[in-house]
Amino acid sequence: MDKPVVIVVGAGPAGTRAAQTLAQAGLRPIVLDENRQQGGQIYRRQPENFIRPASKLYGASARAATALHKAFADLLPRIDYRPETLAWGVVDQQVLVEHNQRVDAISYDALIIATGATDRIMPCPGWTLPGVFTLGGAQIALKAQACAVGAAPVFMGTGPLLYLVAWQYLKAGIKPRAVLDTSTLKTRLKGLRGLRHRPAILAQGVRYMAELMRAGVALHAGIQPVRIEERDDEGGLRVRGVTWRNSRGQLRHTVGDAVGMGYGLRSETQLADLLKCDFAFDPISRQWLPVTDVDGATSQHGVYTAGDGAGIRGADGAESAGALAALRCLADLGFSVSPQEVARLRKALEPMTAFREGLETGFPWPWRNAASLPDETVICRCENVTAGDIRRAAGSLDAPELNRAKAFVRVGMGRCQGRMCGLAGAEVLAAARKMPIEQAGRIRSAAPIKPLPAKIRGIMT
Amino acid sequence: MKGLFRRVSETQRSPITITVNGQPVTALEGDTILTALLLAGAQLRLNEFDQKPRAGFCLMGACQDCRVWTESGDELRACSTPATPGLRIVTAEVPWTSQ
Repeated sequence: MDKPVVIVVGAGPAGTRAAQTLAQAGLRPIVLDENRQQGGQIYRRQPENFIRPASKLYGASARAATALHKAFADLLPRIDYRPETLAWGVVDQQVLVEHNQRVDAISYDALIIATGATDRIMPCPGWTLPGVFTLGGAQIALKAQACAVGAAPVFMGTGPLLYLVAWQYLKAGIKPRAVLDTSTLKTRLKGLRGLRHRPAILAQGVRYMAELMRAGVALHAGIQPVRIEERDDEGGLRVRGVTWRNSRGQLRHTVGDAVGMGYGLRSETQLADLLKCDFAFDPISRQWLPVTDVDGATSQHGVYTAGDGAGIRGADGAESAGALAALRCLADLGFSVSPQEVARLRKALEPMTAFREGLETGFPWPWRNAASLPDETVICRCENVTAGDIRRAAGSLDAPELNRAKAFVRVGMGRCQGRMCGLAGAEVLAAARKMPIEQAGRIRSAAPIKPLPAKIRGIMT
Repeated sequence: MKGLFRRVSETQRSPITITVNGQPVTALEGDTILTALLLAGAQLRLNEFDQKPRAGFCLMGACQDCRVWTESGDELRACSTPATPGLRIVTAEVPWTSQ
């Protein structure tokens, strides 16, 4: 009998460890990577002709990053690695892919989805201005291109990435003008119950904050974004600064030429959605996520999720989850797997789950802000659909949930398919209808899950 | 025009030249199109709905707000496409009728 074909989508921490586990069992998994080089976002590599050492790129995570890159290099002869390959759909036990303007369909016996996450975004007026980037984007500019997004950046949002990115900019010689955090000291104290499960990571976060303060960077807690201000005096519209309210409600302004913003992360779940995997509302993160068992098996036979694409547990958690999902996949395919290894990985994931709950409690998604956004605030940046448009869909057009609102006013209809606006759009809709957020639902995924080139070639099945 | 981005290191790389809206732009080997354009200027494209400038957002291929065009009309995602010598980019969509 031919060996079963397992496709792993994604080559970050979860996808890499999944592929490694499958290869160790004698399989030759196909690894689809949208990026040019393995590593995912967190361990994203710089181009080959850059010379900064790993310690400079990944800081405290340098050892983990190097280990993952090396594991992958060792793995390469034993896997079918396909970089710059977009998995844009899935149908009839086949993943639909695009590479170099050519589409193809690859059959599989089992599928491990390790598609990671992007920044979770709460829009505010001015967020579409040139010079405003996600925190992840601001970090990628630095890590993968050795560029700062501006000379005087302001970082706004909440979560660990807010402080990590601000600290990385400081270390690169670009002093942040301020760090504006919507979370309060009170919620952070509440979050400590979960955060203490990973004391080393907690200590690292505290260190970043301390070093920022020592360098004279103001860290503000409990802020409310008002708007990102613009100017147009140097040959192009750009950022002039950020207007915000402090924890006492007083109006403040920080001058800067760029903004990095993000409020935690959101999972990339489109492939599981196309496969009609069951989803459930996760009240802690206020997101809909694929339902899986403890090992990552979804409701669909032979389909597994691992890493941040299945719920945010961070890079270390993703490595364990990738290996665990692969072991579960192997067991389902009839291979014998070590129960001790399964137990070890399950145990390794326990503190990650508690830590994540601590993060969501300590640095919560500021969902209440959606209700007070001015009507003219752009929510869907692809098609410039405003909060007012969504409120009209909620009110006079009587859209009971997000997909109906999408049909009425095109929120989430654009090229990004709601990746940037879906969560905030749901909050605006739910607030306008005074209903619980889970009733607003989630934007249905549709293939292709990312735009395909117009000059596409290849055989479609 | 003043660029949005600032280089912080890795300036030892070889220079290359691309063409943006008919004008030569110097970049370094390993720069993405997005990096090359935002070091030289403050926009990548105009939003189709309000014609206001955009300069990308996520840099990881998710938001699709960094799409630029080649002079022959191909769409490229600037954040994930390397700038290569001789590349000819335009930052406004080439009308279909001219293709």
